[in-house]
Amino acid sequence: MSSIISIKNVHYTYPGDEFESLCGIDLEIEKGSFVAVLGHNGSGKSTLAKHLNAILTPTEGEVLVNGMSTNDEDKLIDIRRTVGMVFQNPDNQIVANVVEDDVAFAPENLGVEPQEIRKRVDNALKQVDMYEFRLHAPHLLSGGQKQRVAIAGVIAMEPEVIVLDEPTAMLDPKGREEVISTVTKLCREKGITVVLITHHMSECIGSDRVIVMSNGHVIADDSPEKVFSQVELMKSEGLTVPATTELMFELNKNGWHLPLTALGVKECAKEIAKELK
Amino acid sequence: MLKDITLGQYFPGDTVVHRLDPRTKLLLVIVYIVGLFNSAGWASYAFVIIVTALSMAISKIKPKSALKGLKPLVIIIILTAVLNIFYTDGTPIVEGWIITWEGIERAVMMSLRIILLIVGTFMLTYTTSPIALTDGLEIMMGPLKKIKIPVHEMSMMMSMALRFIPTLIEETDKIMSAQKARGADFDSGNLFQRAKALLPILVPLFVSAFRRADELAVAMESRCYHGGKGRTRMKQMRMQGIDAWALVLGAVFLAAIFVMKRFGL
Amino acid sequence: MSEIKVSGLSHVYSADTPFEKIAINDVNVEIPHGQLVGLIGHTGSGKSTFIQHLNGLLVPTSGTVLVDSVNINGDKTASRDVRFKVGLVFQYPEYQLFEETVYADIAFGPKNMKLTESDIDERVREAAALVGVSEELFERSPLELSGGQKRRVAIAGVIAMRPGVLILDEPTAGLDPAGCKMILETICDYREKTGSTVVIVSHSMDDVARIADRLIVFNHGSIRFDGTPEEVFSNPKELSDIGLSVPAPTQIAAALREQGIEVEDSVYTNEQLLAALLKLKKEAGRNA
Repeated sequence: MSSIISIKNVHYTYPGDEFESLCGIDLEIEKGSFVAVLGHNGSGKSTLAKHLNAILTPTEGEVLVNGMSTNDEDKLIDIRRTVGMVFQNPDNQIVANVVEDDVAFAPENLGVEPQEIRKRVDNALKQVDMYEFRLHAPHLLSGGQKQRVAIAGVIAMEPEVIVLDEPTAMLDPKGREEVISTVTKLCREKGITVVLITHHMSECIGSDRVIVMSNGHVIADDSPEKVFSQVELMKSEGLTVPATTELMFELNKNGWHLPLTALGVKECAKEIAKELK
Repeated sequence: MLKDITLGQYFPGDTVVHRLDPRTKLLLVIVYIVGLFNSAGWASYAFVIIVTALSMAISKIKPKSALKGLKPLVIIIILTAVLNIFYTDGTPIVEGWIITWEGIERAVMMSLRIILLIVGTFMLTYTTSPIALTDGLEIMMGPLKKIKIPVHEMSMMMSMALRFIPTLIEETDKIMSAQKARGADFDSGNLFQRAKALLPILVPLFVSAFRRADELAVAMESRCYHGGKGRTRMKQMRMQGIDAWALVLGAVFLAAIFVMKRFGL
Repeated sequence: MSEIKVSGLSHVYSADTPFEKIAINDVNVEIPHGQLVGLIGHTGSGKSTFIQHLNGLLVPTSGTVLVDSVNINGDKTASRDVRFKVGLVFQYPEYQLFEETVYADIAFGPKNMKLTESDIDERVREAAALVGVSEELFERSPLELSGGQKRRVAIAGVIAMRPGVLILDEPTAGLDPAGCKMILETICDYREKTGSTVVIVSHSMDDVARIADRLIVFNHGSIRFDGTPEEVFSNPKELSDIGLSVPAPTQIAAALREQGIEVEDSVYTNEQLLAALLKLKKEAGRNA
């Protein structure tokens, strides 16, 4: 598969800071993949996310989106319509008083024809299951619903990549589940590349690839099964692992021989049953 | 509670009035205000009241919610009434009293005028989404762009402000509760003490408003916002037959008021 | 230390408007001295409305709330005193910080209690120590601190009133796993040192179940379950029906039972499940 975003030796220092927030990141994001980026607060994961659609540009190095460098100011709009961004606080990214008007915001900015906008808005709202709420006022929706509206607002640009910067941090478990299943569907059914920044392990289980960041470096980058089986590394980074992995890890310490790659509850139970019989 | 204020709130619906072009409604409100201020006698007032009541019925506004919208302005209405009662010359109701028949009449008329003014504009915001309203304003003000007035930016700022009013009201409520939970007292003391007591609300509110503005700006840029140039709209405003009829009715209303004024009714 | 008795409590929001909503409906509950209670329910279940009745911020539409046998809405003194008796830490409490220094912010509550300078000073230092805010931070502006530190300062601001009951609404919301763990440890520590009654409101079962003596589950404005974590989690199906999930270890235990492995259905922490499995393995070894 070809990569849609290339991050090449990216360094970044916030103005006024003495230390680097990103210290030489090299990554290729493959088209159509679901990538989760994990890390504790201050690990640099959100800083990295902001580089993907040119909200921040590297102090050194280069980010290429479909071959366009984010350092090239003329390409700014093209980059942003290719890489859509969903943020943590749903309230602070909804611009209109009516759901459908908000979803129309990006295509309106892009100068799309009115009938075409209508089509895109309806389509986007249906994809996130919010069509019936199209005439509602956003501030009366639940957190999960607001976040889905924000996702629809990004889909209406018809981007190739959606980057979500801790989209579930302010949501309850139900809202979290709504958001994750929505983006998973978009990735698997529509082939949209998804980059999910999070600190909830459970949200990474369905991804193709987990990247773990710490102090501005990438310290692990592999399939979720392989990343989570490095239980000690994860713990030393102040991250947890899924309860299933944790349990099997502890059992193995007591002389069991369980494969740490069984992340799901059912697979985990099966492995334990095998050992006991 | 702050949340209970209904003034200036939009209630989605599907009545004829909801479907009117916002520009039509803006014009009608102007017509209404001109009419109201040219009402000279009781007959005109009765006419305006009937028109208001009819429009409310057509837009399916419950009288209760309209009255609720008046709540925050009760003090102004009472003040106007009182001033008019005491400061109008004429025939005293009882020999030697300061209160005159003319004063009472004026007080009632003035209060009615304010109430009708509020209810009339309330109908506009009740039936028109703020976005449609600012869009309507932006188009009507369009010609001003020629003399370098930033119409688009102004209307964008206005719709953002409208969008965040409910959010900030909710936030104010929350901060107030949190400070009350720490024993803050907003209801006693002299004026100076009360003003000082607001600090624990205002500081966090400002900090949060700035944070929101910052995040919102980034979110808007991420969605390719780059000013009004080259921007299109999903909802095209088109005057329809129904708008023409509404404007004709508006003209009839205004004509009727002026005729009555001519005859001192 | 305080006890709370709630009887027949109901609350209706925005009565007589298009937005009328019954937030809580006939809630009866007693919370004795020194208990650590987890209050669980999804958003809109009425749990946040409920806790605002416990310190008199909201006045019941009907029903009574007694704190230490005093009706908190009985008269003006009672409804003012209860603010200091029942400390309420709101969700994202760091957004309420407003003073120029950390010290002044923590002192805001005690100051409102009209205490003497030296009493205030003592309480501020005590509260800061309890939540792990070092005195070096006292003269800093709260806005300069990190997210986790801000939250500690905000909690200290409530603890400094020395409330008999401490209620925290979603104290771990928005924190990363390390931050969550630290806040929960701080709360346990606080309870151990002061013996206060503590109520933690949460929609996350895993976190709260680990430390609570008792769980109260809210749904549609009324109490759906009330009991020890073991008792409550033995209803996994009903819990998921009302939009709550049981802790992962309980789910694993259920899956194991499906595989024919007899683990008790009351396990809800990984430690318990681990112990149960190790015991089973030992028995299996003996039998073989």
